[in-house]
Amino acid sequence: MIPEIGEFSLIIALCLSVILAIIPMYGATVNNSLWMSFARPLARGQFCFMLISFLCLTYAFAIDDFSVAYVANHSNSKLPIQFKLSAVWGGHEGSLLLWGFILSSWTLAVSIFSKSIPLDMLARVLSVMGMIAIGFLAFMLFTSSPFGRYLPSFPADGADLNPLLQDFGLIVHPPMLYMGYVGFSVAFAFAIAALLSGRLDAAWARWSRPWTNVAWAFLGGGITLGSWWAYYELGWGGWWFWDPVENASLMPWLVGTALVHSLAATEKRGVFKSWTVLLAIFAFSLSLLGTFLVRSGVLTSVHAFASDPERGLFILILLIISIGGSLTLYAFKAPNVKSSAQFALFSRETLVLINNVFLTVMAMTVLLGTLYPLLLDALGGGKISVGPPYFNAVFVPIMSCMAIFMGASMSIRWRQTTTKNILQTLWKPFIGSLIIGVIFPFVYGNGFDSKVFLGISISCWVLSTTMLEFVQKFRHSSKYLTRLRKLSLSYYGMMLAHLGVAVVAVGITLVSVYSEERDMRMQAGDKVELSGYQFEFQGTKIVEGANYKADQGTLVVSSNGQQIAVLKPEKRQYTVKKSMMTEADIDPNLWRDLYVALGEPLDEAGTAWAVRIHYKPFVRWLWLGGLLMTLGGLLTVADKRYRHKFGVQNG
Amino acid sequence: MNPKRKTRLLIILGLVLGSSIAIGLTLFALEQNINLFYSTSQIVGGEAPKNTRMRMGGMVVENSIKRATDSLQITFKITDYAQEVTVVFTGILPDLFREGQGIIAQGKLDANGVFQADEVLAKHDENYMPPEIAETMKPKPTGVK
Repeated sequence: MIPEIGEFSLIIALCLSVILAIIPMYGATVNNSLWMSFARPLARGQFCFMLISFLCLTYAFAIDDFSVAYVANHSNSKLPIQFKLSAVWGGHEGSLLLWGFILSSWTLAVSIFSKSIPLDMLARVLSVMGMIAIGFLAFMLFTSSPFGRYLPSFPADGADLNPLLQDFGLIVHPPMLYMGYVGFSVAFAFAIAALLSGRLDAAWARWSRPWTNVAWAFLGGGITLGSWWAYYELGWGGWWFWDPVENASLMPWLVGTALVHSLAATEKRGVFKSWTVLLAIFAFSLSLLGTFLVRSGVLTSVHAFASDPERGLFILILLIISIGGSLTLYAFKAPNVKSSAQFALFSRETLVLINNVFLTVMAMTVLLGTLYPLLLDALGGGKISVGPPYFNAVFVPIMSCMAIFMGASMSIRWRQTTTKNILQTLWKPFIGSLIIGVIFPFVYGNGFDSKVFLGISISCWVLSTTMLEFVQKFRHSSKYLTRLRKLSLSYYGMMLAHLGVAVVAVGITLVSVYSEERDMRMQAGDKVELSGYQFEFQGTKIVEGANYKADQGTLVVSSNGQQIAVLKPEKRQYTVKKSMMTEADIDPNLWRDLYVALGEPLDEAGTAWAVRIHYKPFVRWLWLGGLLMTLGGLLTVADKRYRHKFGVQNG
Repeated sequence: MNPKRKTRLLIILGLVLGSSIAIGLTLFALEQNINLFYSTSQIVGGEAPKNTRMRMGGMVVENSIKRATDSLQITFKITDYAQEVTVVFTGILPDLFREGQGIIAQGKLDANGVFQADEVLAKHDENYMPPEIAETMKPKPTGVK
């Protein structure tokens, strides 16, 4: 009964989104405020029914209702409860339901926090979001409903969740990532609404900005979590694989980063209006493309589920309608938009423009590398794959150039700054960063290294210019605390996010250059030394978990005769699926990770094992930097500027 | 030329220059880093070049896995149910690597027609068949489990 209620709620939600897509939009066109005012209640109704539907599926997982096919395929009675609940989005159908649910949550949020937005704008925004909801709900109902039943005879127990997914990562990574993906639909809806109404102004940018920043922050957070999860779960010690699905999330993030910056310029200076709209369309299109790549099964990837081509075709059509439609609208409406403000060559506007160019170029090169194999295959050019070296070769130079401009941007004002001024402020940090970049590899490593020089210099450059700008705020003031409080939260947010970039740059550089890795054949009592740490293998024993059996190895790590850690990596066999899983063990700290994973037993008796040992310096900095960027993004939204607006309208 | 136009011209020139460098580098990098996929029949048939990085894939042949006793070297055969190719790999294999499983190997073909793999990929869903392999597989002969 409960699953049928879930299915039925989905249908009602679809009906409501059809009405939401038509009535308020039509009302805004003919200027009928009664019809426009339908937008808010419809958005709320849609959310309620999506919530019911989502809870129904969750309930089916919680009570082990294996008559529901999706539950039977992705759960098992022995699965720990937290994984049962997060298994809701552990497969294709459920993750679409999560997508739809998050979309309706964003729609609800827009309908609530929109007191300052004129009714016709709000009606259009919610209508556009309703259209997106139609697409996804129809997709779910026609091709991949999670509520299908195995009737009349259903399995006694479930087929279990993929062991890789039985992890804390599954609980947080997909919701976070989807919050970001789907969040760009709000920026997209605002852009379309602005094009339709012809009101592309600073007010529009101010409405759209907090939503875009939140979505961007979530997407960055989701990517960071994904990287961390892959690192400890896949057992290879890698943190980024240039896997097509990772690229699918990186592309909207890159374009989203560009969007966040150009929106700032649009709000503050009234420039780049039509470009900002285009970026908003791109960011959401890339989110859709990401969904298409992941869900259609056209890619070879960890994330690919076995799926049928009908689904791929459906998403492809959806993609063509939404991208084609929005770009056509853009082509008709954008020429009417005029930029009001002027700016000089040496101004912050120019730097925002440069930032945008670099980020879009980067997104395009990633897109090229990701889609090229698919295109070539579709044209009959044979099967190829594009490897990580391609992405590294384009990513490093483009991002390095961008970081140089990024450092400079902090000291350059809006509108105009004289060249003399720029040179005066920036020559010290520039020279200083170069010197640190040269010295660092001698002190930390064994001699000069050009990659370390580049990475550390860039990182110091961004760090020092950011701090310099901060310190200069206090130059003419003795009341530090008052000054500190006077700076806006969005300013702190920006500082934090930029510091995050510096931290990530340190992490990427040092972990790439100074990592050490060894794959060994080890028997109990064997010792090996890596980067000054001695690892002694003490054999394996069998341990049992809730739904798996494992060989657990013991490695004692010591440094200069002092024991510093005992690592217990496992090789698990999950009892239901009979599948093997490597569970690495890590001794982490801020400066380095010691990472060990068991390969396979090499002889019949199981005394000799293949063991993989990694030394990963500064790897935590990658995720720490990602976290800083996420926090920075969230902080900007808490700014008084946005809250104040709402307050005034309320009172 | 008035200063405003001069500024614009500079910006446009900069953009054109920057993007052409970017496009040039990108295409160069792409050229250098694409790996073609070959089936085992193509390799045995001599269609695949020697000493060039490529990908190949198929099913791991039953009872073909041989390990060295003193290192992590492993030798196995893979097949598309028509032709077999021997693969040599040193290192730790992915969890889903086993006999009868579809895998993709990345590496080079040496002069003796042995595939020297530096990477072996087996995907993490046992029902999932990489599309490259699915298309190149010959129909399963009857009697093969």
